[in-house]
Amino acid sequence: MSSSPIRAGYNFAYLDEQTKRMIRRALLKAVAIPGYQVPFGGREMPMPYGWGTGGMQVTAAVIGHDDCLKVIDQGADDTTNAVSIRAFFRDLTGVETTEQTEEATLIQTRHRIPEKPLREDQILIYQVPIPEPLRFIEPSEVETRKMHALEDYGVMHIKLYEDIAQFGHIATAYAYPVQVNGRFVMDPSPIPKFDNPKMDNSPALQLFGAGREKRIYAVPPYTDVRSLDFEDHPFEVQRWEASCAICGSEESFLDEVVMDDQGHHEFICSDTDYCRTRLAQQEESA
Amino acid sequence: MSTQPLLQVREITKLYAANKGCADVSFDLYPGEVLGIVGESGSGKSTLLSCLSARLAPDSGSIHYHNRAGESLDLYSLSESRQRQLQRTEWGIVHQHARDGLRMGVSGGANIGERLMATGERHYGNLRGTAEQWMSDVELDIDRIDDKPTTYSGGMQQRLQIARNLVTHPRLVFMDEPTGGLDVSVQARLLDLLRRLVTELNLAVVIVTHDLAVARLLAQRLIVMRRGEVVETGLTDQVLDDPQHAYTQLLVSSVLTP
Amino acid sequence: MQTMIEVEGLTKVFTLHNQGGIQLPVFSGIDFRARQRECTVLFGESGSGKSTLLRSLYANYLPTSGSIRVFHRGEMVELTGAPSQTLLDIRRETIGYVSQFLRVIPRVSTLDVVAQPLRERGVDQDRAHQCAGELLERLHIPERLWSLPPGTFSGGEQQRVNIARGFIVDYPILLLDEPTASLDQRNASVVVELIREARQRGSAIVGIFHDADVREAVADHIFEIDPTQKSESRAAS
Repeated sequence: MSSSPIRAGYNFAYLDEQTKRMIRRALLKAVAIPGYQVPFGGREMPMPYGWGTGGMQVTAAVIGHDDCLKVIDQGADDTTNAVSIRAFFRDLTGVETTEQTEEATLIQTRHRIPEKPLREDQILIYQVPIPEPLRFIEPSEVETRKMHALEDYGVMHIKLYEDIAQFGHIATAYAYPVQVNGRFVMDPSPIPKFDNPKMDNSPALQLFGAGREKRIYAVPPYTDVRSLDFEDHPFEVQRWEASCAICGSEESFLDEVVMDDQGHHEFICSDTDYCRTRLAQQEESA
Repeated sequence: MSTQPLLQVREITKLYAANKGCADVSFDLYPGEVLGIVGESGSGKSTLLSCLSARLAPDSGSIHYHNRAGESLDLYSLSESRQRQLQRTEWGIVHQHARDGLRMGVSGGANIGERLMATGERHYGNLRGTAEQWMSDVELDIDRIDDKPTTYSGGMQQRLQIARNLVTHPRLVFMDEPTGGLDVSVQARLLDLLRRLVTELNLAVVIVTHDLAVARLLAQRLIVMRRGEVVETGLTDQVLDDPQHAYTQLLVSSVLTP
Repeated sequence: MQTMIEVEGLTKVFTLHNQGGIQLPVFSGIDFRARQRECTVLFGESGSGKSTLLRSLYANYLPTSGSIRVFHRGEMVELTGAPSQTLLDIRRETIGYVSQFLRVIPRVSTLDVVAQPLRERGVDQDRAHQCAGELLERLHIPERLWSLPPGTFSGGEQQRVNIARGFIVDYPILLLDEPTASLDQRNASVVVELIREARQRGSAIVGIFHDADVREAVADHIFEIDPTQKSESRAAS
């Protein structure tokens, strides 16, 4: 693969080389201590916080001329956020971009992990809004860092306990806390818990960037990622009565879509590439 | 008594300024014993309690704790993680203000279960059962188990705090003015509860109070503090009935009796 | 007979630091002995220090000088300067004390108040309650009151609850501070019986009794405290 020229007056991938090195050092540390939140000197990006500045800085630090980039938002390649970020990197790196999971070497994501299993030569980069899984119960950063250091994680189960006490089951559906490599408790970013099992023992490297909070963390390939639960209320993923209205899949994560003003609604795959690929296969074999 | 002391305190000093803090405090505490620390506000009682419970490193002196496994532990040479482990297993800490000792944002049941979850309990049904048992042991209505402590009265919050601490069957409980700020009738009920639990569970307690009536009711022994120093120690009734030091005499004679 | 209490040169002076350090001498140089199976009555004018002496024997008051030794676990143990641990042990096992007034604990039932010394010695609840019930019955406290806290009882009733609490354990030494002060004839005679029974079992009893009839009924020795002169002991007539 070869890259086309980039916009004049800008460095490759927007960030200067020293900043990229700084972020790469943080990434190396994050990979060495799976699930540990490494502080880094987050830079201003040409977009607001909450739009994925953390994920973009990580992508900018690791992207090379030979990469092929895919960007997804809510599982889709065609949302404003996904299209804009893709355009940004095409403009400032000249690398190839794709909407197909299979072709991508780098996948920057918000809210989903692709349905198609990832490979060893792929890197998944998450945009993270709140990296600290203990934040909901402990507002002090000093204290949460101490709790991580001392593996003082009793409070994590409080959230799950409260769910069961209130709803009869663990109602937490996204950003479901996991323990990485039997050590650090980690917030997997707001992916649905449906995707949690995909993180476990994944062949792909998983990197997480939180721009506003200036934290980076990582799950190296083939790392144990366990979703927290109770013995008598084991971890479970979402299941649907329906199947995808477009491709008919019964295994993928479904979005409910309102079809008209009469309130008719349908379920369709949230992963647009997965849905499209299935549809193409069905048409081929038909 | 032939048993080993639970806590051996030697020449503990923690001074913020001259006469501010505590100076040169030594005593032994035995299993099942209730020790009262009395004195007016600012006399160093709470500073001493913080030092004893591994929450505030003293300037000098040593504290040894004899743990359940029979080891003698030098508190301030333990790692912070061992200190925390002690605090949530073999010890309890009851704060004067329940909101310092409770998680106000989660339910009563979760408050009671937290220590158990922290020590590895992963069975919701067991957690629930234990929480219900403790609610009734401290005379809280089980129907309130899923309510947040913010909806509890002051007395209920204090009882919840006690349940939350006792759930791991600690051997040593530190209490800082546990009845302070409560109505008299609520106080009486709480005192009675504490007395019963102390006897039934054979708890050793260090209780800080400025209320001599509370001290008389709960403590077998007293330490009287003034301006950071221990001015008198002895059996509770002896200290209160035949005080030797001028300050203790003043303290005792200043109590209003209805 | 085994000497249970041995007092030598006991002096008590109260110093009131907050009133110019004024010194109030109560008695000085008291020598005193109490033996097993004997009842010694402390006698003297009001203010002569009978109660102070009795309270000193219980380590409730701290002697100014002198020595108090009691027979505890097979040996004479010095009370003055003993660690709190030892004193608490002695109170749990060896010395019982019935004061004039019951110190009421809110919300604790009469039966539990009386049974408490047995419970502290590890007796199970049923057995302790049974013993408590028997004593309360002898002292004419009606059963319907047993489940109530004694705080609202009359002075005489509280006194009897206090007595039951003191006699529930067979203490080798029993100190009685005017146990019959507010009792009627019928209940006073029950107390006399209880004292005699305790003495029969081998207790050494030291008491203060204002009631001359009770005093004569129980005293083996009279120890007269005279703060101005040397106090002395004589056999009861």
